[in-house]
Amino acid sequence: MAKSQSSIPKEKLMWMFETLVLIRRFEEQAKREADQGRILGTHSAIGEEATPTGICAHLRDDDYVLGNHRSHHHCIAKGVDINEMMAELLGKATGTNKGKGGTMHIADATKGMLGANGVVGSNIPVATGCALSAKVQNKDNVSVVFFGDGASSQGSLHESMNLAAIWDLPVLFVCENNRYAESTPFEYAVAGQSVANRAAGYGMPGVTVDGQNVIEVYEVAGEAVERARKGDGPTLIEAMTYRYHGHFGADNPMGYRTPEEQKYYEDKDCIIAMEKFLIENGTATQEQLKAIDDDAKARVEKATQFAIDSAYPDPSELLSDVYIKYP
Amino acid sequence: MNKEHRPLTFVQAINEGIRSRMREDDSTIVMGIDVAGAAGKAEEGFIDHFGGTFAMTKGLIQEFGTSRVLDTPISETGFVGAGVGAAAAGLRPLVDMMFVGFIGVCGDQIFNNMAKMHYMFGGKVKLPITIQAQTAASGGNAAQHSETLYSIFAHFPGLKCVVPSDPYSAKGLQIAAMKDDDPVVVFQSTRLMGVNFNQHVPEDAYELPIGKSRIVKTGNDITLIGIGTTTRTCIQAAENLAKQGYDAEVVDLLSISPLDEETILSSISKTRKVVIVDEDYPKCSVASELSALAAEKAFDFLDAPPKRVTAPHASIPYTSVLEQLHFPSVDNVTYACLEVMN
Ligand SMILES: Cc1ncc(C[n+]2csc(CCOP(=O)(O)OP(=O)(O)O)c2C)c(N)n1
Ligand SMILES: [Mg+2]
Repeated sequence: MAKSQSSIPKEKLMWMFETLVLIRRFEEQAKREADQGRILGTHSAIGEEATPTGICAHLRDDDYVLGNHRSHHHCIAKGVDINEMMAELLGKATGTNKGKGGTMHIADATKGMLGANGVVGSNIPVATGCALSAKVQNKDNVSVVFFGDGASSQGSLHESMNLAAIWDLPVLFVCENNRYAESTPFEYAVAGQSVANRAAGYGMPGVTVDGQNVIEVYEVAGEAVERARKGDGPTLIEAMTYRYHGHFGADNPMGYRTPEEQKYYEDKDCIIAMEKFLIENGTATQEQLKAIDDDAKARVEKATQFAIDSAYPDPSELLSDVYIKYP
Repeated sequence: MNKEHRPLTFVQAINEGIRSRMREDDSTIVMGIDVAGAAGKAEEGFIDHFGGTFAMTKGLIQEFGTSRVLDTPISETGFVGAGVGAAAAGLRPLVDMMFVGFIGVCGDQIFNNMAKMHYMFGGKVKLPITIQAQTAASGGNAAQHSETLYSIFAHFPGLKCVVPSDPYSAKGLQIAAMKDDDPVVVFQSTRLMGVNFNQHVPEDAYELPIGKSRIVKTGNDITLIGIGTTTRTCIQAAENLAKQGYDAEVVDLLSISPLDEETILSSISKTRKVVIVDEDYPKCSVASELSALAAEKAFDFLDAPPKRVTAPHASIPYTSVLEQLHFPSVDNVTYACLEVMN
C-alpha cells in the first residue's frame, strides 16, 4: 500500500478498517432490501468505501459533509447512526429524516452530515456556503462535498470552485470518479480526461488519488484538510474508484462494461487491500479483523431489526416540516 | 388501414412518435442524458443501454446514429441551452430533461431564452424545439424526483405545454409537439408507464392538435377535469359515481397551454358543476387556473363553486405511507364530487 503509513496512529487505521467494513455490510443489506422489493432501490456504494473513509478520518463532528444520490458511505463515514439510516431506507418514523427523505436525502446535522442530494451537482454550492460560514465566523471547521465524475460536468462545480478560490474558502471538492455516470463513460463525457486538472484553471491544488487505497486517500485528504483549516483555501481531489453494482436498483452494468474491467477493480478491493496492509504491518491479526467484520454484520443486523420494528410515520407528518411557522 | 388491435404501452407509443418524426425530418435530433447510453462504446459491443431513463428513445441510435441521437454529459444548462441554439439555427431538437425537477438546473435556458426569443426578436427567430420531462410520484423517489410542476412552465408566455394521459394521446401529442414551430414542453407521467391500457394505437403518424382537450366520458351530472395521470383517477371516480347513480363527464385536459376553453366551458355549462383534479402542488396551479376560468366564464351556469382536488402544499415524502396521501386518490375525488353535488 502507501509509503508513509507508519505515521498514522493505530486507532485511525483501525477506525478506517471498521468503517470500510461497516459500509460494505450496510450496503449489502440495503441491496437485499431492494432486491426483495421492500424498497424501490438504492444507489449502491459497494466498491467506493475508501474515499469517504480516508477523508472523514480527518473530520470532526462540526465539520460538514455534503453528498449526492449515492451517499450511504458518506453518511456512515461521517458517523451517522446506522439504525436511523436503515429505518430511513424502510421509510420509518425513527429514520434520520423521519422517513420523509429516503435513500437519496439522508441527513443528520448533529453529525455534520448536511444531506445527500438527488439532483446531480446541486450540493456543491451548498458546501461552498458552509465553508463561507466558517470563514465569516472565524471558525476552523471545514466543509467537504462528494460528487461523481458525471457531476463534474455541471456548471455548479465550476462556479463553486471559482467562488471558493477567490475567497480562500475551507472546502474540499471531492470527485469520486467511478468511471461512469449511469451508463455514460467518463472517457466520453469529461473533456481532457481529468477532473483534477480543472483545478488549475481556478488556481487551486488538484490531486488525483487511488480511491481504492484508503491510506492514500487519507494522506491526500490530510493535506487538504490542513490547508483548509489554516485558511489557505480549497482543494479539488479526484479519487479513482469503481462501483461494483449497477447505477441504481436493478441496473445491469454488463450493458456498458466488461467482466474483465469489473474484475480488475474487484481485485483492487479496498477492504482486502486494507486487511492485507494491517496484517503485514503488524497492526492487527487476521482474527482481530474477522472479529471487526463479525461485529459490523451484527450491527447491521441489529439496525435492520430496529428498522423493521419501528413504526411508520403518522399521516399528519405529510404536512409537518414544510415551514417552521406558517403563516 | 390497420384494423388490428394494436396495443402499445405509454412508453412504446412515445417511442413510435419520436421515431416517425425522425424518419420524416432529417433535421430532427434527440439529446439528453443516456438517451442511448454506453456512449462511445459501440465498438466494444455496448450500445443503447438505457435508451432514455424510461426507454422512450430506445432503438433510435441504431437507426439514426450518433449525430442525431446525442448522449450528453450531466449539464442541463448546457444541453438544454444548446437545444435552443440548435433550434434557432435550423434543427428540430427533442431534448429529454429527465425528471421535471431538474428544471432547477436549466431554468435559465427555458425561461429566459426558449420562452422569450421569438417575442423579443420581433418574431424573427423560430424555435421548433420540444422538451420532454417526466413527472409524478411513483413509489419512493422522494422530494426531488417526484414533482409535476406544470404551472411553472405554463406561466411563461411563449411555451406550449401538453400532457398525454394514455398511449394514444402520448403518440399523437408527441408528433404534434415535434412538428410544432413553437417551443413545446411535453410532460410524461411515470405513473402511466406501467399501466396496461390495452388501447389501440394506430401505426400511422397521426397528430392530436395542441390546444384541444378531449371528452373521455360523457355525462350530465358533473364535470371532472383530469390532467395526465389524474385523468385515470377521474375515470375511476366516474365509475364509482355511476354505481351511486350519478352520470359524470370526464374531460381529459391534454393541453395546459393553450387551454381549450371551449370544450371545458361547454362541459361545465352543461353539467353545472366542476371538480378539477391535479397532482401538482395547489398554489398558483393549473387547477387554480381552471377554477378561475370556470368562475370567470361559466359563473352563471354553476350550481356550486368549482372544486379542486390536488396534492397538498407540501413537498413529496419518500415513505410510501405518506407518498400515497400526497396524490389525489380516487376516493378523494369521488368524495369531492359527492360534496359538490349535495
Ligand atoms: C441534475 C440531474 N440530472 C440528471 C440526474 C439523473 N442522474 C442521477 S445519478 C446520475 C449519474 C451521476 O453520475 P456521477 O455524478 O458520476 O455519480 P455516480 O452515480 O457515478 O456515483 C444521473 C444522470 C439527476 N439526478 N440530476
Ligand atoms: Mg460516476
